[in-house]
Amino acid sequence: MSDNPIGASYVYLLEPEVRFLEAAVEHLIPTDDLGPGARDAGVVVYIDRQLAGSWGSHGRNYRQGPWMEGTPQQGYQSRFTPQEVYRIAIREIDQHCRSTFDRPFAQLTPDAQLSFLQALEKDAVALPSLSSKFFFDLLWRNTEEGFFSDPLYGGNRGMVGWKLLGFPGLPSSQYRELLTSHEPYYAEPVSVMDVQTGKAPVDAQGFPKHVLIKKGN
Amino acid sequence: MSATKLKEVDVVVVGSGVVGSIMSMELASAGMSVVCLERGKQFDIGTDFHAPNVYDELKFDRHSDIFQNLARDTLTFRNNGHEMALPMREMGAFKPGEMVGGTSAHWGANARRFLPHDFAMRSRIEERYGRAFIPEDCNLQNWGLDWDEIEPYYDQFENIFGVGGKAGNLEGVIQEGGNPYEGPRSREYPNPPTRQSYQGELFGKAARSLGYVPFQGPTAAMTQDFRNLYRVQMHQCINGGFCSSHVCSQGAKANPLTAVLPALMRLPNFELRPLCNVLRINKDSTGKKATGVTYIDARGNEVEQPASIVILGAYCFSNTRLLLLSGIGTPYDPSTGKGVVGRNYAYQQGGAVDIFFDDKEFNPFIGGGMVNTSIDEFNGDVIDRGPLGFIGGAYFDAVARGAAPIKGKPVPTGTPRWGGEWKQAVAHNYRRTMSIAMHATCLSYKQNYLDLDPTYKDAFGQPLLRMTFDWHANELRMMEYMNARCTEIARALGGSRLGGKSKGTKFSIVGYQSTHNVGGAVMGDDPSTSVVNKYLQSWDVSNLFVVGGSAFPQQPANGPTETIGMLACWAADAIKENYVRRPGSLV
Repeated sequence: MSDNPIGASYVYLLEPEVRFLEAAVEHLIPTDDLGPGARDAGVVVYIDRQLAGSWGSHGRNYRQGPWMEGTPQQGYQSRFTPQEVYRIAIREIDQHCRSTFDRPFAQLTPDAQLSFLQALEKDAVALPSLSSKFFFDLLWRNTEEGFFSDPLYGGNRGMVGWKLLGFPGLPSSQYRELLTSHEPYYAEPVSVMDVQTGKAPVDAQGFPKHVLIKKGN
Repeated sequence: MSATKLKEVDVVVVGSGVVGSIMSMELASAGMSVVCLERGKQFDIGTDFHAPNVYDELKFDRHSDIFQNLARDTLTFRNNGHEMALPMREMGAFKPGEMVGGTSAHWGANARRFLPHDFAMRSRIEERYGRAFIPEDCNLQNWGLDWDEIEPYYDQFENIFGVGGKAGNLEGVIQEGGNPYEGPRSREYPNPPTRQSYQGELFGKAARSLGYVPFQGPTAAMTQDFRNLYRVQMHQCINGGFCSSHVCSQGAKANPLTAVLPALMRLPNFELRPLCNVLRINKDSTGKKATGVTYIDARGNEVEQPASIVILGAYCFSNTRLLLLSGIGTPYDPSTGKGVVGRNYAYQQGGAVDIFFDDKEFNPFIGGGMVNTSIDEFNGDVIDRGPLGFIGGAYFDAVARGAAPIKGKPVPTGTPRWGGEWKQAVAHNYRRTMSIAMHATCLSYKQNYLDLDPTYKDAFGQPLLRMTFDWHANELRMMEYMNARCTEIARALGGSRLGGKSKGTKFSIVGYQSTHNVGGAVMGDDPSTSVVNKYLQSWDVSNLFVVGGSAFPQQPANGPTETIGMLACWAADAIKENYVRRPGSLV
């Protein structure tokens, strides 16, 4: 792997898929003055772990045929599981990019990547096996989940998603008293992982002891 | 393979949610032997929903294992009879539960009674506006219940679920601080109302400035430590968010696990059997008497449980489907309008207006426990519908939900869906947003119904339930009006920008909307338009009671759970006070 800024390892994703996803998710949630974007937040690791797990093979979803496209109102009707969707879509997208631009998606200029993602979203890229919008929508949903879910799942590293919002993570036992307050409450976020690993101390009821911070944002 | 036949019991109950747990408790307490069958697992709050892992939005809201396992059994859906119904392959618009405790184990604790108007809607609308005011294809009908006879059962349920609130009408006398439009109550709520959040305070001021009467709407999350009617202790809510979709680790949200099962499990004549999937209700040779149920147990064995009384107390979909699979009652046929099972399926309308401030900041993550400030002027029949041209209504509320980071961050209308501008918008607005939600009625129509799917099967080889449903013009006109009124209040709040969401003109099964699915086995006083009588007793099989949201002839605005709980108390009383003394039809 060329550069691996977050030192990640992968269970399901293959190297070209990681390259594609690192480039793509960084456009969906970019690094800017507000903080790190999806790539550095570990969203690709999040996607990898989800694909490798029960959700990736639609363990709790209805999987019997017949398979039909249906109307937009009828929702997910693909016979592919998310594992298969990512594998097939990324391969076909890179093939498309090679034949159109002579290089895979990850090697396009940032501007070209951005317009290509917009085309995927508009269903304007004809992929052989699935709708480009269908893949894009799944990718965006997983990117948002990975950026804002507990770091336990491999994304939201350093709780950058929660810091961006000013979300303190696990609740403090003080919330009941603060319910009627007009004062903005800011605390260092605490994750499930922080409590499990003993990084964040908890009170007698099991709530983390929040460390208050001066108003950010 | 022949089924193992067990010893007969007095009562077999299908489902262990609000209905199954309360009816089991009431009937077992009266000395009857009760077996309760639940398709889901048994969970233990202390271990399964313990901190810190309980505070996990992804696990409980997105990839939940306490919602129905669609790999085994889902439903199919189409907007109209011309389409082919396709399976709901992933959890979408609604999330029925699958666990001991049922769907209500993860409910949002909104414990509102319906209005007296809701139970007699057909008569009231005809009286005030004339018969022609009701759309021709609308199956609007009365419930066959009077307010005075059911009020004590609302009261009973509230004392089981520890509902907190402020009465607005005590025996006909309007009370300061409560909802002046509610039906007369025989006494105060067992617990005090919620305190007002900052968002609720702003909504209340704006609503009052426009002449409305704001109040703190009821909640079934404890507003103080509370020991309920069954002598079970529940604890005061800490407003830590992670509420709807989640099982409360504090035991603060009343549900079967916290309010009923601790007492029920102690009764020696009660037995709970989790991981048992009921296939059908068995009948005798006359077809007029149920002999029990057949189910697949956890090991995969087919088991027959004989019983003198069968209670279907499962989710709306399962109740209707089990009747269809068992050949009880005439299936509804939309082409003739005849038949009753599957008829009058309805959902919940609604929407929200989001208000974005530049000069105010909230603590949106503090909340949960249904802390809400509400108005009821647009509900029931308070304002004249004549000039507005629609039937139905809505209540509005500002709720401190405990906004979670994946789903709880609305952005102003016009914000791109992703990218740098979107990132800036969520960063700026997450703490500077509040919403006013509209919770609205959904009438029943000839074209909206449930039946068995001709193509798709569940893991046991039985047909899936098929839903045919779409929004109708009456509901869309109503929401246009409600949106306009809600937007006026939002403007009076003084935010910088508005946004919001609606359900659109075509119902879509994609994206969570509401787990308020009702009808299919509705109650009433006419066997040609209802499946069960006013005591939730099958017209066709007198020792079968079908209790739950499935009994609602249409959907009022106020959310179904409180009324489902009331009906459980009401039906249990009819069984133990009347039916057991004189089995047979209660009407």
